[in-house]
Amino acid sequence: MRLKNIKKKALFVLLLLIAVVQLFPLYWLITYSLKSNGEIFGDNVLGLPRDWRWINYKTALSGSGIIRYFLNSIFYSVVTVVVAGTISAMAAYAIARMKWKLKHFVYGIFTIGIMIPAQAALLPLFQLLDKLGLKGGYLGLLIPYISFAIPMAILILTGFYKSIPKELEEAAYIDGCGIFRCFSTIMLPIIKPALATASIFTFLGTWNELMFANTLVDSQKYRTLPVGIMSFSGQYSTDWGLIGAAMFLATLPTILIYFILSNQIQESLVAGAVKG
Amino acid sequence: MDRMLGRKRYIAVFILPALLVFVLFTIAPLIVTGIYSLFEYDGIGTMKFLGLKNYIDLFTTDKHFLTAIVNSFILAGASIFIQLPISFFLASILARGVKGEKFFRTIYFIPVVISSMVIGQLWMKIFNSQYGLLNTIIRWFGDPEFEFSWLATPSTAFFTTVIPAVWQYVGYHMLIFYAGIKSIPPDYLEAARIDGASKRQITTKIMIPLLAPVIKICLLFSLTGSFRAFDLIYVITGGGPNHASEVPGTLLYNNLFRRGLYGYGSAQAFFIVIECLLFSFVIRRLFKKAEENASAV
Repeated sequence: MRLKNIKKKALFVLLLLIAVVQLFPLYWLITYSLKSNGEIFGDNVLGLPRDWRWINYKTALSGSGIIRYFLNSIFYSVVTVVVAGTISAMAAYAIARMKWKLKHFVYGIFTIGIMIPAQAALLPLFQLLDKLGLKGGYLGLLIPYISFAIPMAILILTGFYKSIPKELEEAAYIDGCGIFRCFSTIMLPIIKPALATASIFTFLGTWNELMFANTLVDSQKYRTLPVGIMSFSGQYSTDWGLIGAAMFLATLPTILIYFILSNQIQESLVAGAVKG
Repeated sequence: MDRMLGRKRYIAVFILPALLVFVLFTIAPLIVTGIYSLFEYDGIGTMKFLGLKNYIDLFTTDKHFLTAIVNSFILAGASIFIQLPISFFLASILARGVKGEKFFRTIYFIPVVISSMVIGQLWMKIFNSQYGLLNTIIRWFGDPEFEFSWLATPSTAFFTTVIPAVWQYVGYHMLIFYAGIKSIPPDYLEAARIDGASKRQITTKIMIPLLAPVIKICLLFSLTGSFRAFDLIYVITGGGPNHASEVPGTLLYNNLFRRGLYGYGSAQAFFIVIECLLFSFVIRRLFKKAEENASAV
């Protein structure tokens, strides 16, 4: 019994150590974003800041365009989540419930989207958006984001639709409910958890996306936060505290959303993955 | 109801918005890349048909591409043989129910939600030759004069990207495994225990076969994720020094957008597509049998 107890304690310590490893870079980022170079490069590499330099945050926010990039990123993410979520919820309903011949084929096309590398579509996409006159504006980035968010959303939502018993809809249709009203008033409320999951994945993917944002947008006006911070850190490469502040500002929303929704994320990831 | 759900007009309204966007802005560009890969093309001049020459060049004259392929396989290997076992180990401990189960689950996942750009910048600073955390720690415990440029040395540069890549997604796979283990009916494990099976036997003979679908998903994500890796490497080393840490993703990005080699870069891009689809197909095939066996349990 005692041996078992020791083993249990050792296991707990191990879990704790791994938690430290997983959290450490975030801790490091937060502390050095509040330090001066003197502390970061000198004798206080790991500890809490001795002199809390909030001015790093003030400098990062003022005049560097970070606020603009921040708002842009929120705009791109919210529009992508709403549009991709809506059209994917509809398409997944058609795949899971409606009766048509090509549905397995169409579902297959969407699942390919999960495996293919985005780089492989980048150049023709660049040319296509350029021809359509969309490249360099909001739509020029929104459309690729929406398009690349669709497969994962459809995969999650189709699996969820299939797990819902058909009786509910049947009763509604027999009562003379039209398909659009039935979809919006009966199905949408039921699929809320799956929709939330798909939205979280879409949000994270869009908010953190780097390659499209770096390639398809030139002007600062439409720039996203990750690209903005990358050029910012090139510009101030020696001022670690300042870059740290900007990076923490970019990380904060995802961490907050994660903490608010972590139960939802974990449950939905589980539900989605197990069905696979 | 069947009549309603079979009406073509309704089906079109529901499926077409997503399908059109996806086909036009993802599938069509992909096919165009496949076509470009057969040509010599700089984006401005005429296109010269080469057949499969670009693909042959990839493996006969292009040293960097071979390095890139080898690197992407190292990444895949590290992911499968280091990351997934750690994830599985953590998941099986947490799923068994320990103190702070939920706390650990939440913490382990945090790196997944942070952008690769930030993760990359952070690890660059950890590996920095002068002020980096790693060298500072080595100076504390060992040689006080120690200085080594992990990022600028060809033999170590690629590993400065592998380590964060493995580290970042441990929590992701852990969660998928965790979910899978939790979905196994407890009676199965209980019955085995009563029949006198050891812990090890329960893991290898019952848990792992039942987890075949979950393991398949994790393998698929690790493999395709490694083949198409880009962000972290682009941020940390940019493929350098002297192309030592190049992966196909960074190499083709340079060829397409810096050097204007549209045809050749497209061949590299399409090669990754084929690689991803091929390996997905093989894994699905391999697991089909395993899953049939598991459902027979």
